[in-house]
Amino acid sequence: MPDRTGLARLAIHTTLILLAGFFLVPLLVVVLNALRSNSDIAHTGVIGLPRELTWSNFSRTWSSYCISEHCDGVQPYFWNSVRMAVPATAISTMLGALNGYSLALWRFRGDTIVFGIMTLGVFLPEQMRLVPWVIVLRDLGLFNTISGLVLIHTVQGISFTTLFCRNYYTSIPADLLKAARIDGAGFFRIFGRIVLPLSPPILIVTVIWQFTGIWNEYLYGVTFSAGEQQPITAALIALSARLSEAPQYGEQSAAVLLAAAPTLVVYLFGGRYFLRGLTAGAVK
Amino acid sequence: MTLRERWGRVLPHLVIWPPIVISCAYVLVFSAWTVWVSFTRSTLLPEYSWAGWRNYSTMLATRNWQIAYTNLFIYGVCFVVFTMAVGLLLAVLIDQRVRAENVYRAIFLYPLAVSFVVTGTVWGWLLNPTIGVQSLVRGLGWTSFRFDWLIDRDMAIYTIVIAGVWQASGFAMALLLAGLRSVDADLLKSAQIDGAGPVRMYLRVVFPTIGPIFIAVLVMLLQFAIKTYDLVVALTAGGPGLASTLPSVVVYDFMFQRGELAEGSAAAVMLLASLAIVLVPYGLYRRWQQRRAGSHA
Repeated sequence: MPDRTGLARLAIHTTLILLAGFFLVPLLVVVLNALRSNSDIAHTGVIGLPRELTWSNFSRTWSSYCISEHCDGVQPYFWNSVRMAVPATAISTMLGALNGYSLALWRFRGDTIVFGIMTLGVFLPEQMRLVPWVIVLRDLGLFNTISGLVLIHTVQGISFTTLFCRNYYTSIPADLLKAARIDGAGFFRIFGRIVLPLSPPILIVTVIWQFTGIWNEYLYGVTFSAGEQQPITAALIALSARLSEAPQYGEQSAAVLLAAAPTLVVYLFGGRYFLRGLTAGAVK
Repeated sequence: MTLRERWGRVLPHLVIWPPIVISCAYVLVFSAWTVWVSFTRSTLLPEYSWAGWRNYSTMLATRNWQIAYTNLFIYGVCFVVFTMAVGLLLAVLIDQRVRAENVYRAIFLYPLAVSFVVTGTVWGWLLNPTIGVQSLVRGLGWTSFRFDWLIDRDMAIYTIVIAGVWQASGFAMALLLAGLRSVDADLLKSAQIDGAGPVRMYLRVVFPTIGPIFIAVLVMLLQFAIKTYDLVVALTAGGPGLASTLPSVVVYDFMFQRGELAEGSAAAVMLLASLAIVLVPYGLYRRWQQRRAGSHA
């Protein structure tokens, strides 16, 4: 319902531009500070333009900065996050697709109950699972390992991925499957020949959401890993705690930027799918 | 039946069932386990001697828990109201066929791709009086300007509201905008013929038809609010003192910092109960809605 009077248009655009400015401030502040020297920031605060560009913040933060007595920069933690998020995303998406397929298209007795329980898993707060995970990880010998975190995020992720995939696969016409079954195709052939080729849209959504969620997760990371095994979110908190004595906002901004970069890049290139996942996850 | 055929029949079951069984067991067994621990005398390690409701009554009597719940109430209400308001404003503005709609959408939604840890850290700088907004405004000449909520006991919880609204408004906008766009064009046209202006059109025609989306967004936001943890840790660490602590922070504190697993678990169960207060009525409402839709069809 466009209102075409000039004044109203002006008001709409001004408000939008002001709000966009407000939303961009934190990003701008981090980017600019990552390029400023610490003395510059100490002088004028975190909000300001760089007096001269200091590129060295990035290299120092990446490879030689000290975080709780280890002076290898954020690099090891960044790679920890990669080694955690990539396998957990891949495995949980694969299992979610298979689960979603069997729940949506190979109905069995009690399938709605099974699906209901899995959906509950999406809403269950992480705090409800911390103590059992402590015990399970200890008994499996996976405490303070990346594999332990991969296991947690995979099991946790199956709830989400099954929900996404099952809701998507229910729209595949049952006749298509019936015809394939009459032709003698079994469970895996139908999955490989019919369902999988229809899946790229939902698989992209699932991968984006899983990756973003796992990369950004903090509570499990800080509870089940320590020191050099921590993912980058936990390292960032450790970094700020240490720095509260002698703040070095230049390096810290570079660290924040490096921690945020992977999910921001995914968002930038997959924004369309990001939105689709949002509506699929929230409204269904 | 040959061995091969039999194998072909068994294999799908071997593939399907383990992940399904594991994830159902995960939800049920882990929840039951935590509930159980909350009724035991566990401290540093879980042990299974019965303690009855003692952990719950101890927890409810602690100052931490009382402050955390008061804070959750303040934060929950403010966060939901402001996020909905900003989200709705953004959705309506973008709905006016503005140029570069996609750019605006991308800008308002990007905070959602960033972790709470990052959001909390950066807002922590902006709201820090010695280096953030306060020092900027003072540097411009208004030397008596004060904006020190971050270190003010009474106001610290509102800094979490600010960061939370910044992060979640785009989410509300995206869902509400999808709702606005789904309103039947004929409905709008007939309202226009009746002479309704843009304001009345939104208030009388558009908003009532997307009522269910409002409720869905509301429930999702309440759920975010109850689960909020990382944001507080990164922004205020619950401080100053306990001023901005939330139930999720108290759970972690009791479980892993004080080594009171049973009391921490009791707190976690109460957190789950708060979530159920929001989600169960919504689930029933959805079912009622679907049944009504079914009987109309």
